[in-house]
Amino acid sequence: MTQTEAPTIDNGVNIEALRGARQALTDAPEAAQFQWRARCEWVNGTHSRSTITDFFGLGQQHSHRQGYTIEADHPEVFASEDNGATPPEIVLGALASCLTAGVATVATNRGIQLRSVIATVQAEMDLQGILGIDADVRNGFDRIDVKYEIDADASAADIEAIVAQSQKRSAVFDIVTNPTTVRVTVA
Amino acid sequence: MHTSVVVVGAGPGGLAMSYHLTGAGVDHVLFERGDVAHSWRTERWDSLRLLTPNWMSGLPGACYEGDDPDGYMTAAETVATLEAYRRSIDPPLHTGIEVEAACNTGTGFEIRTTETTWHCDAVVAATGGSSEARVPAFASDLPETLQQFTSLSYRRPAQIDGHGRVLVVGASASGVQIADELRRAGRDVTISIGEHVRLPRAYRDCDIYRWLDRIGQLDERWNEVEDLDRARRHASVQVIGSDDRREVDLPSLQGLGVQLVGRLVAIRGTTAFCSGGLGSLVANADLKQARLLRRIDEWVYEQDMVNLVGPATEPSPTVLTQVPTELDLRGFAAVIWATGFRPSYDWLDPRALGRRGRVDHDGGVACMPGLYLLGLPFLRRRRSNLLAGLGVDAAELCQHLVKYLEDVGRGSTWTSR
Repeated sequence: MTQTEAPTIDNGVNIEALRGARQALTDAPEAAQFQWRARCEWVNGTHSRSTITDFFGLGQQHSHRQGYTIEADHPEVFASEDNGATPPEIVLGALASCLTAGVATVATNRGIQLRSVIATVQAEMDLQGILGIDADVRNGFDRIDVKYEIDADASAADIEAIVAQSQKRSAVFDIVTNPTTVRVTVA
Repeated sequence: MHTSVVVVGAGPGGLAMSYHLTGAGVDHVLFERGDVAHSWRTERWDSLRLLTPNWMSGLPGACYEGDDPDGYMTAAETVATLEAYRRSIDPPLHTGIEVEAACNTGTGFEIRTTETTWHCDAVVAATGGSSEARVPAFASDLPETLQQFTSLSYRRPAQIDGHGRVLVVGASASGVQIADELRRAGRDVTISIGEHVRLPRAYRDCDIYRWLDRIGQLDERWNEVEDLDRARRHASVQVIGSDDRREVDLPSLQGLGVQLVGRLVAIRGTTAFCSGGLGSLVANADLKQARLLRRIDEWVYEQDMVNLVGPATEPSPTVLTQVPTELDLRGFAAVIWATGFRPSYDWLDPRALGRRGRVDHDGGVACMPGLYLLGLPFLRRRRSNLLAGLGVDAAELCQHLVKYLEDVGRGSTWTSR
């Protein structure tokens, strides 16, 4: 090896800022209290539109750079108009996005240059659950499989370790693998 | 009554500290609530043995001299070893005396005990890191029909009534050992697994602790590791000290017919909910194990020892099949919480406590001047809470303490030896 200094890598992750934030929130845990919000409005049939504009954290209100919308509907085989992905599919997208953000962050933290990262997500569901046909079948997924194809300057073992670490630090992975108390009320 | 240093707790840490204080000519007393090695006498299950082989179980000035250097001491043998050590070093020991409060007076410490009150210049809290069992708050949500134990109150399989399943919560050394013992006693066992550390009992024909010692892993220092908080929270290694040197990792437990489930996260009615993320944790533990074994391989090649040690055999990967995320507790007779320990410093001056009620310290030197801690995980090095690590920690802290006494210009009755 003739290389004398560590190669500079760029995955588009500002790792210094993240390390700084981790230290700052360690010293001021109250600033780590965040609240995430979404607003969903029925459009027609099974079509609904969620808008996401603001959140709370670091002791104050924040707005996204712009508001975002997510269209959700059911497909035509369910006699719907298919104006958007189904809510369970949006969950799969959220899971893969969360893990993938983790892959990029962990890789950068470990000085590994990524070239491409592709996650394929599959989830099995027995519709007898949501249709109320069989009470022993749950509404949700039986299982979720996420498969990563990663091209990076790293060994297979290092890539596996990055993917493992991204699961350890993923909010959505925790949300879908662990029970959460959900309270639904009517105003 | 006055002395320079009060040492609280006559386990291996307190005895080692007393040995070094005596060597430095420092006037001190050692208080013990029960008898020497109290928790080893009263808070260990019957079959428990040390995780580390006997050759590692020396104390300052007393190497292991028995005839089984590669064996693993039972709790009773550990008590006998510590009792013999006490006799050999003859410390200024007061047994059956509990320290109720250690208050910083500004010029030293006032030590209130169940008998007399003492004054001293410095205090060593050698009560260790396993004073209390850590149990999740939702333990109280368990149906009352279930018996509950912790790794401090569990003794033997016969304690559990009836024939129902046993849920062991936690897969550190305690959890996997208790699951192994209960299954071998004929119980149906489910083990709930969070983050865990997997290593084989032996690698390349040597005990894993021989390797950890040789490659310097056990001597990694607290001020050199990247994330000290995490290193201190690490679960203990999934190994057991036994005559047959058997494995107690997850594949071995599966082989015995123990059911594996993810981390227990909630109890609702008679249902226990477990995380569906177990796959990620076992993959991570297997990866970390492989990484450590490669570190050993590298060391073997660097030292040109490849012909002197056994071949590298890879532990089998953990393969999960059906992992339920819900358990019907009506089929269970008991739950054993092997969910870790915490130290108990409620007798310490509250001003020594920092965030989350923990004593603020740097490698055992508390931020409150004159206060020292001993026997906590990764206090000064990775081996800090092993019998094999207390001696060197005590030596370093004693050195700091002697300098402290000199700096404050008090107490030390320095004698030349």
